[in-house]
Amino acid sequence: MADHELEDPGTSTPVKLSRRDVIKGVIAAGAASSASYLFRGSTASAQASAPGAVERLITLDVNGQQRRVDVMKQETLAMTLRYKLGLTGTKLGCDRAECGACTVLIDDVPRYSCSIFTHTVRDKKIVTIEGLAGANGKLHPVQQGVLDEQGFQCGFCTSGFLMAAVGFLKTNPNPTRAELAHGVSGNLCRCMDYDKILTALMRGAEYMRKA
Amino acid sequence: MANNPTPMKHTLVGKNYTTPDLLAKVTGKAKYAEDYRADGMLFCKLLLSPYPHARVKHIDKRAALAMPGVKAIITVDDLPAPADSITDLGMVIKADLLGERGLTNEPVYQGEPILAVAAVDELTAAEAIEKIHVEYERLPFVIDPLDSLRPGGPNARVEGNVWMRNPPPPNAKPGPPPPLVRGILKWTEEDFAAAKEGQLPMGKATDEWMLGNVDAAMKGAALVLDETFVTPNVSHQCLETRSTMAYWQNGKVFVHTGTQSTFQTAPAIARWLGIDVKDVVFISEYTGGGFGSKITGGVSMIIPAILSKKTNAPVMMRISREEEHYIGRARPSLQGRMKVGFSKEGRVVAVDMFVICDNGPYEQMFDATAAGLIVSLAYQPPAMRWRGMTVLTNTVPRSAQSQPGGMQGITLMEPVLAKAARKLGIDQVAIRRINAPEGKAEFGAAMGGRRGHATSCFLKEALDNGAKLFKWDERKARSGKRNGSKVRGAGVAVSAFFGGSTGYDGLIIIKPDGRLSIQSGIGNHGTESVSDSHRVSAEILGIPWEKCDLTWGNTSKNLPFSCASGGSQTTHAMTRAAYAAGMDAKRKLQEVAAKALGGKPEQYDVAGERVFRKGGGAGMSLAQAAQRAIQFGGAYDGHELPKDINKATAAAATALAGQGLMGVGKDTYPHDGATFSYVASFAEVEVDLETGKYYILDFLASADAGTIVHPAAFGGQVLGRSMLGISHAIGQKWVYDQHYGAPLAKRFYNNKPPTILDAPANMQWAALDIPDPETPVGARGIGEPPVGGGCSAILNALTAAVGDEVIRRAPVTPDQILASLQAGKPVYAGLKADV
Repeated sequence: MADHELEDPGTSTPVKLSRRDVIKGVIAAGAASSASYLFRGSTASAQASAPGAVERLITLDVNGQQRRVDVMKQETLAMTLRYKLGLTGTKLGCDRAECGACTVLIDDVPRYSCSIFTHTVRDKKIVTIEGLAGANGKLHPVQQGVLDEQGFQCGFCTSGFLMAAVGFLKTNPNPTRAELAHGVSGNLCRCMDYDKILTALMRGAEYMRKA
Repeated sequence: MANNPTPMKHTLVGKNYTTPDLLAKVTGKAKYAEDYRADGMLFCKLLLSPYPHARVKHIDKRAALAMPGVKAIITVDDLPAPADSITDLGMVIKADLLGERGLTNEPVYQGEPILAVAAVDELTAAEAIEKIHVEYERLPFVIDPLDSLRPGGPNARVEGNVWMRNPPPPNAKPGPPPPLVRGILKWTEEDFAAAKEGQLPMGKATDEWMLGNVDAAMKGAALVLDETFVTPNVSHQCLETRSTMAYWQNGKVFVHTGTQSTFQTAPAIARWLGIDVKDVVFISEYTGGGFGSKITGGVSMIIPAILSKKTNAPVMMRISREEEHYIGRARPSLQGRMKVGFSKEGRVVAVDMFVICDNGPYEQMFDATAAGLIVSLAYQPPAMRWRGMTVLTNTVPRSAQSQPGGMQGITLMEPVLAKAARKLGIDQVAIRRINAPEGKAEFGAAMGGRRGHATSCFLKEALDNGAKLFKWDERKARSGKRNGSKVRGAGVAVSAFFGGSTGYDGLIIIKPDGRLSIQSGIGNHGTESVSDSHRVSAEILGIPWEKCDLTWGNTSKNLPFSCASGGSQTTHAMTRAAYAAGMDAKRKLQEVAAKALGGKPEQYDVAGERVFRKGGGAGMSLAQAAQRAIQFGGAYDGHELPKDINKATAAAATALAGQGLMGVGKDTYPHDGATFSYVASFAEVEVDLETGKYYILDFLASADAGTIVHPAAFGGQVLGRSMLGISHAIGQKWVYDQHYGAPLAKRFYNNKPPTILDAPANMQWAALDIPDPETPVGARGIGEPPVGGGCSAILNALTAAVGDEVIRRAPVTPDQILASLQAGKPVYAGLKADV
């Protein structure tokens, strides 16, 4: 079977992940066919690996820090971030690349972390919502834009929208409203406050240009 | 007008500000239920019914229990039996033995949880689920309400197919109507045959009311339209699923889950777990959307609590998106038939309304009832008959969803009004204006000889304001005119819904450092009423918002009796409570100053963080006053409390006594009428007649919701809830396999919640900002009416573009438009739900 480059619907950017890797990962789980969204290994449990599962200690570059972490072959980046690195700002809204709540930057490109195996991003720079503000706590211009415009309601989609917007603005710093809307169209907001969200992100884009 | 305090001069109300929860949301620090961890936390997975209706005959758990890491398996038999309970207000909630319990041995919809497994990790729990063998006896099921009403049609529950009232025994004394029960009601073949193709059959209804003489009014009407329309079942799809983490400590259960109402969820947990509310600690600082599906959380939240008790370990129940589509609630579809009589001037003279609510398998929804009330309010028919049915189906459980019933009622009525205006040659804005309620408008049937009435209504002004801002006359002039394959349409709709309740408590403390501590029992699910409402207290006391500290989201932190945040009652209810607390603190400041500095309390004023003699003279800072209040003790620092506050407020105030000058009070302000809010919504669409594809070019919603407390949040509600309505018009619906009873649209990619690209490129909101005279701050809730307005404005813009004989159901898909235009009649006139 030929390897396929999967399209990440959030970014239309090919993800370097072969179909064979996906299948191998799923087989390794030894359980339901879509088990990669499930979580193995809580903070305190010491359950032995399932037969065939490959656990390995790897190093990830997350928010500028080198983080050593044990991951299963089929573990998604979202689960590693949330359950092993304590970075719960990345949200899970659907587990399957439909809603964008889990969007993070991988080498500056917005990606759905629920649909990326952690193993595939070992040599990449990962930025999550927690890494957006400066070390001194100064907000990223896009965060400041949202704060100033009271963008977003319940906030569950906010991290994903912010990461998608920041990634988009890195390559499109001066978008129209319509262009920026396209840039974040891989993210769902169920409060559907889209008009105010776009106003807030445009404000953030303006701050980014001035910064 | 009731005898309410004179309107305030606003320093905080009506101003934008940064809400205290926003920084955490933009930095990822905001903790939602699934973001909590506890030592030794187990994970839970659910086994879901593969059948729409069945009886569990046998469960073989042996292989699963033998797996290392599997800690416990529970079924419905491990849950507390349903029991009567008494609310804080002394109301008895009767146990429903057939009600939803979270797990079941008789699944009544596909996807209903049968059992739950707790294991050391989620993968182990999922593997255990695979190893459990359940033997089912399949039972008859029904997906479409009309199928259940046919002679010999299947019943969704063994006990019945409709919610109905048993007739009172002969010679019974007149009294309140008997309680609703599940019963069996079938229509006759003749009932079905009497309806023409595409018309809703109308057999015996289970509920009805009448106002005036409908038959006579219809006879005298210049135009009578008889239209059938089907609104869609639409899931709430909160972006945060109802994941829950629970553990027990010192005999108390700690529950983390999403809710719309912090204070009101603890008693719900206590009721479902069969324990005392004082043994519940409920934590919910952030909730990822509710929209009516999490008013007091959901019954499934007891599953990890029971598993935790059994395993003596914390348990996390992560709910997947597919599971959320099963257990996460939905708005019921209404199949409706509207016979409406008009005078030649366009006045609605009579409405004969028949609605069937697709109830799902559990507790009764009141959408059919609310639809009737809202139609009677929004269009003011002098004669009206309402008949309603609430039919049980083996589809996922329903709950209220933004503007429950009102949205569907507006959506059934608005296209009829649009068609009548075209037939009578009347402007669309004008026909809504002449039928619009105003002032203390009446609604519903006469109960005990009197009809209910609204607190106030300025819908005509909202229509005028919207028409002006939307440039209605310009758009009307080009509406319906074809340009190549494209045709534009301009539509307008009015909408109304309940917008507030009364009688809750406020609790604040001026601390000895001069800061104001505000205790909030309101849920934080995105409307921002959790902080907006309390700004009223700060404003009364002249304390800058930067010096206010809000405590919310944790019932162990001494929260006052607060409303359930459903039906947009919070802004109205809790600004009143905040007003009561603020005025109590102000009075105490004046008394403290008089005691300390001489003179009478009324000689003192409070402003600029000081209490001082009017016209100059002695005074003290609020910090000093708070110190003196602690010295004086008694009522001043909360050691003596008003008698009329709720016992939970009293307990919270007692725990906080002695920390400063306490403001505590119950909302007892007069309130004449029922509180409603209103909106006039406008849309312009462009339809491509060759493809059926259409775009929403512009949208505007003009609101009448009293005083605006927080413009940014208000505007977000108006346009966000308009988008929910628009989603019902353009694409959101369920699809069920009617043969197998299986939901087919259970993921985002096939039920298509709108993305930012579906939002009209140009969306605007406006508001009159006229205070409601029946509430001290003048504010009403706004989260409901924009839904029906949004949906109906799009439908009316579409019919303005393509004509009246195209659309018979929502959502309107391009193929529906194309096929109907080609056939010259509505092709999708079928009445089935969920197709």
